[in-house]
Amino acid sequence: MFKLAWRNIWRNKRRTIITIVSIVFAVILSSLMRSMQLGSYERMIDNSVRFYTGYIQVHKLGYWDEQVLDNAFYPPKGLQEQIESLDGVEAAVPRLESFALASHGTRTKGALIIGVDPEKESHLTEMEKKITEGTMVGLNEPRVVMGSGLADYLNMKVGDTLVLISQGYHGVNAAGKYAVAGLVEFGLPQLTNQVVFMPLPAAQYFYGADGLLTAIAVVTDQSGYVDDVREAILGDLDSSAYEVMDWKTMMPELIQGIEIDNISGIIMLLLLYLVIGFGMFGTFLMMTKERLYEFGVMLSVGMHRSRLQLLIFSEIVLLATLAVLTGFALSLPVINYFSQNPISLPEEYKTAFEKFDIEPIYAFSNEPIVFTSQAWVVFFMALVLSAYPLYKIWKIDPVTAMREGR
Amino acid sequence: METVTDKKIVIETRDIAKVYQDSKIAVQALRDVDLEISEGEFTAIVGPSGSGKTTLLNIIGGLDNPTSGTIRVAGRDISKLKDSERIDFRLHNIGFVFQQYNLIPVLTARENVEFIMLLQKIPVHEMKARSLHLLEEVGLKEKANVRPSELSGGQQQRVAVIRALASRPKFILADEPTANLDSASAANLLDMMARMNQEEGMTFIFSTHDQRVIDKARRVVTLEDGIIKSDEIRS
Repeated sequence: MFKLAWRNIWRNKRRTIITIVSIVFAVILSSLMRSMQLGSYERMIDNSVRFYTGYIQVHKLGYWDEQVLDNAFYPPKGLQEQIESLDGVEAAVPRLESFALASHGTRTKGALIIGVDPEKESHLTEMEKKITEGTMVGLNEPRVVMGSGLADYLNMKVGDTLVLISQGYHGVNAAGKYAVAGLVEFGLPQLTNQVVFMPLPAAQYFYGADGLLTAIAVVTDQSGYVDDVREAILGDLDSSAYEVMDWKTMMPELIQGIEIDNISGIIMLLLLYLVIGFGMFGTFLMMTKERLYEFGVMLSVGMHRSRLQLLIFSEIVLLATLAVLTGFALSLPVINYFSQNPISLPEEYKTAFEKFDIEPIYAFSNEPIVFTSQAWVVFFMALVLSAYPLYKIWKIDPVTAMREGR
Repeated sequence: METVTDKKIVIETRDIAKVYQDSKIAVQALRDVDLEISEGEFTAIVGPSGSGKTTLLNIIGGLDNPTSGTIRVAGRDISKLKDSERIDFRLHNIGFVFQQYNLIPVLTARENVEFIMLLQKIPVHEMKARSLHLLEEVGLKEKANVRPSELSGGQQQRVAVIRALASRPKFILADEPTANLDSASAANLLDMMARMNQEEGMTFIFSTHDQRVIDKARRVVTLEDGIIKSDEIRS
């Protein structure tokens, strides 16, 4: 049966090749489109999660709804160590976050102040790798690292002094001046344009919030561990005093934005596959029409309809498999290359992208789903389209088929 | 009209009629056809185009149903069989030879001969031995591994005939088997079928208007306008 099916698909080589090429083209194009789309989402999530929130955060209950310093908390003794001891947890990163007015010379801008433990923070933001100028600060230094966008706005460079004014914990005045140790640049332009990283003890002192944290960000080994880790942390904490949130809960706008964009991407893919589907259907139609006489003969000599249907179905599946595998073989190296070497947009587009707070990079995903989803779509289409020849065989009358098929 | 009565009757039609409803016009292809065919006969059904030869052959082969009347083949009323039962019946009892050689183009000559045996689930070694033996019988052993497109019309028809014979059916129904063949190929094919009829004892029924086939037949049934006009048995 397999041998017969294989030979049958090659009996009209030119048509088979045209069909395979059209499916291959669809698989490559849709894989690239999907890879770019998913890659952009991964990059956006990564930029937001890895560079900012972390996959999970522990706060005082109510902090996320009202993100003010007064909702900071004293971390229970040993909590950080306890979280870090959980399976799948890479690090627990303490933070104290608030806002301040940042000034240099005659310029002032609102800034996001993040008090960090530089050693722990490297697990989350890998900040030391994002330093574009100067150096990282040590935990006990009274210096800061600031976003390059903010530095540009304030006309500052490494070594200059940044003046910060704010309101501290429970309304105390907060003011200080800090030397700039380094400049950082993140994938999120919004963050680069407003962030100031300060060593945690310095931030706590600045805000009059000694020993207080606004969040403990948790870095997991893999994003798939988030739910389990969150459950484990929740189990160890008093839920009437603390909240444990995952990144999806903390960034619903990002998820919604991705979902909306995803739908438009899927519609584009469907349109592409619709065109290819017509091509495939044309082939299956011809396969059936031109072999009507042969089908009549096969039924006459004693081949059961179900067996003939199985033969035709095998031909369709073989054709689809061949095309999908060829599509994979050709798209895999391209996607792998681009996932390692994302396309960086020319300078003139960067400003436009940054306006929408999007990193001016086309990233590609090489997650297996990029490929498997194409395989499923092609096979599903083949399955649906095979209904026509299978129905035709079910209804065929051998005598009529032999008369009309001549 | 003579009938054959000394041998076991294997095909029996009673008052067979067939009406085709073509658009709004009803075409009477067969009317009141009574025919008995005995085991081992070598019978030609002759008549002009449109006389009902192929229709009668299709009804005997279970490919078509009569509008009225009964048809018993090998003791079974085949018009009452379900579609799948009828396919099984054809598979195990009837070998077909068509005017267009109807070989499967992607299979070699040997694989074509084995095709029906494959459907019958005959063991591979037996299938191979039988196909090679038959190909040798018809002088095509050296062509066993070539595809139909590399065979002449006569060679293709010989393969089609031995494919029908290979599964040892009780009957061979051949619809205009020599229509597309030159004289030499037709004579060769007829000799081969006559030999198979003698050696294997199979019942052969041809529909034809080829005089070469008619001359070879031991019984000639003549149809005209769907009615049996004569039934001649030759010694």
